[in-house]
Amino acid sequence: MDATLPAAPAHSAELKHHFDDAAQQMESSTLGMWVFLLTEIMFFGGMFGGYTVYRNMYPEAFASTSHFMNVTIGAINTGVLICSSFTMVLAVRSAQLGQKKAIIAFLILTLILGCVFLGLKGVEYHEKWVEHHVPGPSFQYEDAQYVHQAQILFFLYFAMTGMHAMHMIVGAGLLTTLIVMAARNRFSAHWYTPVEMIGLYWHFVDIVWIFLFPLLYLIGHTS
Amino acid sequence: MSMTLPLPHVPPHVEERTNYLNVDYGWKSWLFTTDHKRIALLYLFSITAFFFVGGAFAVGMRINLLRPEGVFQHDTYNKLFTMHGIIMVFFFLVPSIPATLGNFLIPIMIGARDLAFPRINLLSWYIYIAGGIFALTAIVEGGVDTGWTFYAPFSSTYSNTHVILAAIGVFVSGFSSILTGLNFIVTIHKMRAPGMTWGRLPLFVWGHYATSMIQVLGTPVIAITLVLLGLERVLHAGIFDPNLGGDPVLFQHLFWFYSHPAVYIMILPGMAVISEIIACFSRKAIFGYTFVAFSSVAIAVLGFLVWGHHLFVAGQSMYASMVFSFISFLVAVPSAIKVFNWTATMYRGSISFETPMLYAFGFIGLFTIGGLTGLFLATMAIDVHLTDTYFVIAHFHYVMVGGMVMAYLGGVHFWFPKITGRLYPENWARIAAAVVFIGFNLTFFPQFILGYLGMPRRYATYASEFQVLNVMSTMGASILGIGYLLPMIYLAWAWRKGPISPQNPWNAKGLEWEQSPTPPPTLNFVEPPIVTEPPYNYSGEEH
Amino acid sequence: MGVFDIFPPRAATSSIQVDALYVFLLAVAGVMTVLIFFFVVFFAFKYRRKEGDPMPRAIHGSVPLEITWSVIPLMIMMVMFAWGTKLYFEYYTPPKDTFDVYVTGKQWMWKVQYPDGQREINELHVPTGRPVKLILASEDVIHSFYIPAFRLKHDVVPGSYQTYWFEATKPGRYHIFCAEYCGTNHSRMTGWVTVMDPAAYGNWLAGSATGSMAEQGEKLFEQYGCVTCHVLDSQGRCPTLRYVFGHPVVLDDGRTVMADEAYIRESILNPNAKIVKGYHRDIMPVFQGQIGEDGLLQLIAFIKSLSPKTPGTPAGATGPEAGSSKQGTAKQPQKQ
Repeated sequence: MDATLPAAPAHSAELKHHFDDAAQQMESSTLGMWVFLLTEIMFFGGMFGGYTVYRNMYPEAFASTSHFMNVTIGAINTGVLICSSFTMVLAVRSAQLGQKKAIIAFLILTLILGCVFLGLKGVEYHEKWVEHHVPGPSFQYEDAQYVHQAQILFFLYFAMTGMHAMHMIVGAGLLTTLIVMAARNRFSAHWYTPVEMIGLYWHFVDIVWIFLFPLLYLIGHTS
Repeated sequence: MSMTLPLPHVPPHVEERTNYLNVDYGWKSWLFTTDHKRIALLYLFSITAFFFVGGAFAVGMRINLLRPEGVFQHDTYNKLFTMHGIIMVFFFLVPSIPATLGNFLIPIMIGARDLAFPRINLLSWYIYIAGGIFALTAIVEGGVDTGWTFYAPFSSTYSNTHVILAAIGVFVSGFSSILTGLNFIVTIHKMRAPGMTWGRLPLFVWGHYATSMIQVLGTPVIAITLVLLGLERVLHAGIFDPNLGGDPVLFQHLFWFYSHPAVYIMILPGMAVISEIIACFSRKAIFGYTFVAFSSVAIAVLGFLVWGHHLFVAGQSMYASMVFSFISFLVAVPSAIKVFNWTATMYRGSISFETPMLYAFGFIGLFTIGGLTGLFLATMAIDVHLTDTYFVIAHFHYVMVGGMVMAYLGGVHFWFPKITGRLYPENWARIAAAVVFIGFNLTFFPQFILGYLGMPRRYATYASEFQVLNVMSTMGASILGIGYLLPMIYLAWAWRKGPISPQNPWNAKGLEWEQSPTPPPTLNFVEPPIVTEPPYNYSGEEH
Repeated sequence: MGVFDIFPPRAATSSIQVDALYVFLLAVAGVMTVLIFFFVVFFAFKYRRKEGDPMPRAIHGSVPLEITWSVIPLMIMMVMFAWGTKLYFEYYTPPKDTFDVYVTGKQWMWKVQYPDGQREINELHVPTGRPVKLILASEDVIHSFYIPAFRLKHDVVPGSYQTYWFEATKPGRYHIFCAEYCGTNHSRMTGWVTVMDPAAYGNWLAGSATGSMAEQGEKLFEQYGCVTCHVLDSQGRCPTLRYVFGHPVVLDDGRTVMADEAYIRESILNPNAKIVKGYHRDIMPVFQGQIGEDGLLQLIAFIKSLSPKTPGTPAGATGPEAGSSKQGTAKQPQKQ
């Protein structure tokens, strides 16, 4: 006797065999992505915790180092990311409406904006490198009395923004995959789950930046 | 009487029905499978292998502790206990029941055809193996000597061993744990069969749900902690180095924020198994189902609030210590509730003494002792004396080995017929269970005494007056080792040559026994199940 | 020690108190264990399955029972919590007049210094009947100074001072163990605490004086130029150090802190962390990396001597508990 499936509703190609219907599959994917984003919150949370501890411990050193944060680039990047979240939303909307060309266009726009962010980040990091503010053997700090605390604070800066940038890079890879999938007609108004899921991921990465920017660049900034 | 649905009778000697084991052969059908049952077996074999690797280190340790002056070099011993801890905690205990029994049974128990994300399930196994390769590489390259707790600044600045390799291994394996937990949460929420309400879920599922909550929320924190540690080791930026303005106690807070909830990741699945076994071999519904179900969730939630009880002597504020001590007592209550409810289940039950039930009895006794000794450590003034001594080691081995490993063995025996389609030899299994119980107590009870006498942990050499108890402990360990080897032998034999199992050898309730063939087909069910009765409905009462 | 002893020797006032709490915990745990074992075994026997037994009736639960067996253990645990907390606060809050000993841990030895300058390695001598406070420092990694006979330990953390106190009661020699893993020779980082009655102790102290810590600290005070500002400066660029130790200090941001050992240490290593009201930043040089832990302890001993109540004893307890009266058996300190 073999294990035949009961007569199932006509499954579209995207409906996996272990789901009963498309709604169950979609809801599962959505819940899964939200749970994953929860883990990301905890992941970044450890670093936010470390930042809080050291900022409270060394308020003057923090004030001193915040002078070196490039608020201009940070602000531009914030605008860039917010726009990219907007174009991502439009991509999801286009997917809901089954508009293949629009999906691809908005995904490409999102990807470009993401790359702009990363490019500007690169400029910022280069600036830090030239100023000898990258922790490690080449680290130097202008104000000798804060050199140790400053190195810790810059370490946290690079850890937090670097981890965020890595998530952006992964996001860029995911967007590329979506663009290829859309070009190959994988999405329709009936099934566009990956677009929505990666949209959630992209928004999350954006929100992390919305927290990072004020905490690292704006609060206590002295010019 | 039994509520088993009728299935066509298949005489055992006739050609086997197609099931998940024989539906396909060859290494590709295993390494590229997305069937949760096959993935469970992949995990079963790798986890067992790591158990013996970790056990080998323990053997080395106990040999060294036969003599007060030690047997091996100090550095060697320090590496032995470190690797024993890392392997046992991260590569055995954390994945053990969830990745094997949980993976295999959860979809079937809720009436689903697979987990929500079968490919992510397979990915989680590959990630586990990748993490294991890093850890094994660290071992082969010479080992790590920081203790499994990796305290800074020793691990960040002073240790000359392969800290980063080991940290990467733990970091990577953490993602395996996260993905398993994520999969379980979505599956339990979204893929229950019609009629399988939350109130009808087997307690095995409730226990794994609570475990998954912890896996998902806690594991990322140790991931980032190890990242920071690794970066610190390379860059020496000072985050944990007091000479550079850092705080070494910050590492301890970050580390224990995960590692305390981690111990509940380890024990909740064990408790989940025990609920199933006690109900079956008492032929009676679990007493206080709702309380047992919610106690799992309560342990998960409270477990996140007690990490500071590892820092009572570390320089933590006395007032913070007081709060952590108080909450640590609170988290003991739901555990006690479970033990009482299991005992009450036996009242006016119909008790039989097959091997799974023997392991369940062992669990109840040994977990009770282990849990009670946890109260000693939650009591601040006593912890001052006992922390970092063998008392702590005895405590956690009682809950982890006397509790968790016995639950694991009990579960493996209970569901062996379901997984393999064969029966294990009951008498050998009972003998092994007795050997494990006796060996375990001989190994670890003396360590409570050693701890109060003041013998510190992680000691390659010790004061000579501690020798008698140490020798006793090593003797016990050799007996315990035999107890663990026996099931390896007879279970392997039974898998190939054991008698074919009937559909439901235990006459147990539950979808996995009553509506899924033994062993199950790839999609678990012949007909999609519909649930109409409460769980553990042995008495056949109300619907 | 006989093979059936389960208690280490009791050599301090804390020992019997901790043992009493332990016995209470043992009793509770023992009763609970016996009860569970009894019920499991009894039910297993009484309700064992026999041929022809009917299926048992389900008993789904009993909320009153659940509440009872939750609340009663919780109440017992609250007793454990309260008792343990009380003792814990006692040992980590030194009384006012303690005999201070400075212990520095480094891989893999304990360096012990007494106020009058005696130094030992891996040995600690203390008198009976007098509260002794240990000030613990580390030169490298985290260690832990554990005296089983006193039932006390505390981690020794680099970058900060930790303290605990005890009052020894029974002459003898007892183990000191390092109780936080610290590397290769962690298990060899052991020592002995010798408890002596007061007369014998006085003789021992007299026999090994080499020049008190305060005197050594005074030499450092001149060597590093502290004297130029803090004593000789008539322009008032820096605060006087007389009567500073053990008294509150008002800072320029309005806070008031206690000038304890940790405050003095921080003031030397990181002067701009706290500025006394009326003074300015960036005047005192930063001595981080220039003075080792030993030297810091000697300087602290010297500055303590500038606030004499009696030599070598602090004027107040450290930390937020300062000023609150603590019970304990503090007696009048003995003249050296």
